Amino acid sequence: MTTTGSVHSWDVSTAVDGPGTRFVLFLSGCPLRCLYCENPDTWHMRDGHRTTVDEVMAEVEKYRRFIEVAGGGLTLTGGEPLLQPAFTAAVFRRAKQLGLHTALDTSGFLGARASDELLADTDLVLLDIKSWDPATYRHVTGGEVVPTLEFARRLSALGKAMWIRFVLVPGLTDDPDNVAGIASFVSTLDSVERVEVLPFHKLGAPKYAALGIPFPLESVPTPDSDLVRRVREQFAGCGVPVH
Amino acid sequence: MTATAERPTTAWRGFRTGPWSDEIDVRGFIQANYTPYEGDAEFLTGPTRRTTALWHRLTEMFADERARGIYDVDASTPSSITAHRPGYIDRDQELIVGLQTDAPLKRAIMPSGGLRLVENSLKTYGYQLDPRVEEIFTKYRKTHNDGVFDAYTAEILRARKAGIITGLPDAYGRGRIIGDYRRVALYGVDRLVTAKLAERAALDDLASTEDVIRDREELAEQIRALGELRHMAASYGYDISGPAATGREALQWLYFAYLAAVKEQNGAAMSLGRTSTFLDIYLQRDLDEGVLTEREAQELVDDLVVKLRIVRFLRTPEYDQLFSGDPTWVTESIGGMARDGRPLVTRTSFRFLQTLYNLGPAPEPNLTVLWSPRLPSGFKRFCAKVSVDTSSIQYENDDLIRPRFSDDTAIACCVSAMRVGEQMQLFGARVNLAKALLYAINGGRDEVTGVQVAPAFPPITSEYLDHDEVRAAFDRMTDWLAKTYVEALNIIHHMHDKYAYERIEMALHNHPVQRLLGCGIAGLSVVADSLSAIRYARVRVIRDDTGLAVDYVVEGDFPKYGNNDDRADAIAVELVEDFMKKVRQYPAHRGAVHSQSVLTITSNVVYGKHTGNTPDGRRAGKPFAPGANPMNGRDRHGLVAAALSVAKLPYDQAQDGISLTASITPTGLGRTEDEQVTNLVGLLDAYTDAGGFHLNANVLNRETLLDAMAHPENHPQLTIRVSGYAVNFIRLTPEQQRDVINRTFHESL
Repeated sequence: MTTTGSVHSWDVSTAVDGPGTRFVLFLSGCPLRCLYCENPDTWHMRDGHRTTVDEVMAEVEKYRRFIEVAGGGLTLTGGEPLLQPAFTAAVFRRAKQLGLHTALDTSGFLGARASDELLADTDLVLLDIKSWDPATYRHVTGGEVVPTLEFARRLSALGKAMWIRFVLVPGLTDDPDNVAGIASFVSTLDSVERVEVLPFHKLGAPKYAALGIPFPLESVPTPDSDLVRRVREQFAGCGVPVH
Repeated sequence: MTATAERPTTAWRGFRTGPWSDEIDVRGFIQANYTPYEGDAEFLTGPTRRTTALWHRLTEMFADERARGIYDVDASTPSSITAHRPGYIDRDQELIVGLQTDAPLKRAIMPSGGLRLVENSLKTYGYQLDPRVEEIFTKYRKTHNDGVFDAYTAEILRARKAGIITGLPDAYGRGRIIGDYRRVALYGVDRLVTAKLAERAALDDLASTEDVIRDREELAEQIRALGELRHMAASYGYDISGPAATGREALQWLYFAYLAAVKEQNGAAMSLGRTSTFLDIYLQRDLDEGVLTEREAQELVDDLVVKLRIVRFLRTPEYDQLFSGDPTWVTESIGGMARDGRPLVTRTSFRFLQTLYNLGPAPEPNLTVLWSPRLPSGFKRFCAKVSVDTSSIQYENDDLIRPRFSDDTAIACCVSAMRVGEQMQLFGARVNLAKALLYAINGGRDEVTGVQVAPAFPPITSEYLDHDEVRAAFDRMTDWLAKTYVEALNIIHHMHDKYAYERIEMALHNHPVQRLLGCGIAGLSVVADSLSAIRYARVRVIRDDTGLAVDYVVEGDFPKYGNNDDRADAIAVELVEDFMKKVRQYPAHRGAVHSQSVLTITSNVVYGKHTGNTPDGRRAGKPFAPGANPMNGRDRHGLVAAALSVAKLPYDQAQDGISLTASITPTGLGRTEDEQVTNLVGLLDAYTDAGGFHLNANVLNRETLLDAMAHPENHPQLTIRVSGYAVNFIRLTPEQQRDVINRTFHESL
């Protein structure tokens, strides 16, 4: 197979990007520039390693047995996997042929590029809804929220399992109305399995330093437990488990 | 062996008889009589008020002990099975009785191992050795330590001093011998004496060669020790000449046997064996007879574990620095599968683990789960939950152990498997392979002192290291090292047998016993990465004005061990295979079978301290990775990739065990406890399935450890796993604490 993609790196992790123990492939290139991004080293496709699907699958193969026994699967994240839809689809096709569970971690901003075939090979979508209020979304990501919402409705119509993720940043995304907007939208979707509220952290700050880029949220505090509790409670009304 | 005594009808009521009824065969008894438990942890009960009060009384004493180093010591009575009068924590409140001396936490002196160690330890803690004891052990009675130094060669002394061969049990008890303490409960002392007399009599027809004479004398000593055991129990008001008749008696008899061992020997590791399923047969019979409740059964186990937690030995601060805190390695092996496919899990397997809740987390006893993916789900989930909650247990691969040893095998110390009552180990600490690599480059001169320690092989003089040249030099150097090492061990064990023989522990083994020579290597990942750097990158040597290579500059990148990358991992595999092969070339004391471990416990810090810059870029003095772990921060693809690298190391070439320590944050296992448990079970199944031998699972936040460093008083029971062993975190040296914290934290696994 000659399909190639721009790959940043991979690791094998548990309980972070989907259920169980997973081979997580980080792709290079992202159309958004989220202020809290923890992977600024994955922004540009040109910085990734040109990698064939065979090469990816050879690496996955080393972990296939482990993942089968431990329970888990394969996750594509980034960067934005849907910036490279053909590569993403090809990797998922091969993973499904091996019987691996597949998860797509995406902002949904490029959801329109996901073909029905790609979605047929996707078992779970980890959908980041970064904000509800369009102005806030634009401020946080540099992009528009509408494509994400459309993608979510499409996934819902397909009955595709979703985990909705929301990064909570004090003073940026924590406005009660902003959160309530996402929560009520999520309530209208049919196939959401859980909501994950991800408290903002600064573990990515050293990467900014290494790249010589200022970290925009350097002085923003991480959310305290009261705030995290408040936001999780706001999502509690969606009728799905909130973590 | 057959015994002439009649079968005890009362003590053995309800037991299914078999060959075990006529000969000493504890495994046979277990297999015929145990009840596997396949349920969950629901049935367990919390601590009774009595247990909590008794434990509280001790925890108050622990604070004093930590402050002073030791709580108390009897500096005038060389310990023996019968040397001390009975001691109690609180006589009316104890269910299981017996202490090493006449008071809790009061340590004993055991000068037969070495007088200097006793003297130095006492001096450190402000005590004076009784002059009569000193006179006896200098004038009239030689020690193990004296014997060893009479026979050491100049070369061994140099290697020992330079720290290329280290931690040798030449001044203290070798340990790693597990008496089959269950025998005392099942058969009673008299029956065991009869069996030993038969073994002794069978030697009468043999020619009186040196070996046979030694065997006869040792058997006579074993029989004498059994008599002393009976006597010691009698001083507590128990007649253990016959078998135990109830659950409480079974725990008490077994504990007396173990107690005799820790009264007689200050062994490096004094492991308990594999007792929980054996004891379950007795507790279950009492439950079935309606004379015991679950609460009472748990209380008995809690009380036994309280006793195991206060086993103490007098040791020097240097020893404690090497091994962290005050270790005794009272290892108890739990779980595993029987040969016929039944799980060896019983309710008492759960009850032992439950002590970590009832008494709180603790390093001792060193609870070790023999893991197989085929274990019942309820047990696996409970183990994982205990790990998530307490970080106090370790896991070893039952599917590797069972076919090579048996289904009645226990772990001594950290990772050393042995068939209970049939095998014993001649403990050999470990060699520093990283130093051996530097010696290879420097023609046998020590990189720190410049002293010629090993024979003067030609040093490597090129500016850039050539892989084949270094590999050949390393090969020569490790030939020398293996030979010197085995010679040192043979001397040590000859003298240990002669001057500090483990009478009671050996009385609880069959004769003849199979001996294992437990060699070991440290610095595996340093050498693997160094050779990888030399092969795949360019390594420039920096020499001082005497020509000694003192530093290395790595130009370019190279594959590193711990990333599931065969290029680097294959080097580590080869290192393990090669050193095992070399060690096997030299005959071992009394026909012992050679074995080796990849295990450092916390000595990786001290080894690193004494080792110069290495060609992998590691700086002089920096800690090695513990056990078979990859070097800190070099495993870039997460714990699973690192674990799969470690799992490639061939167990058949390191049957004394291969240790992996992992620290995981709770969120790195899952969002909810249920998810964390499910995922940890999955990881353990998959690691075992991949052939991984051992895993220490720490489930902890970095912040918790930092807080414990700053405020130790708030974390008195914080327990973490280090290579093969658990320690009380606040008893580590600051240096070891930093090493633990800096070790790759698998934030997301």
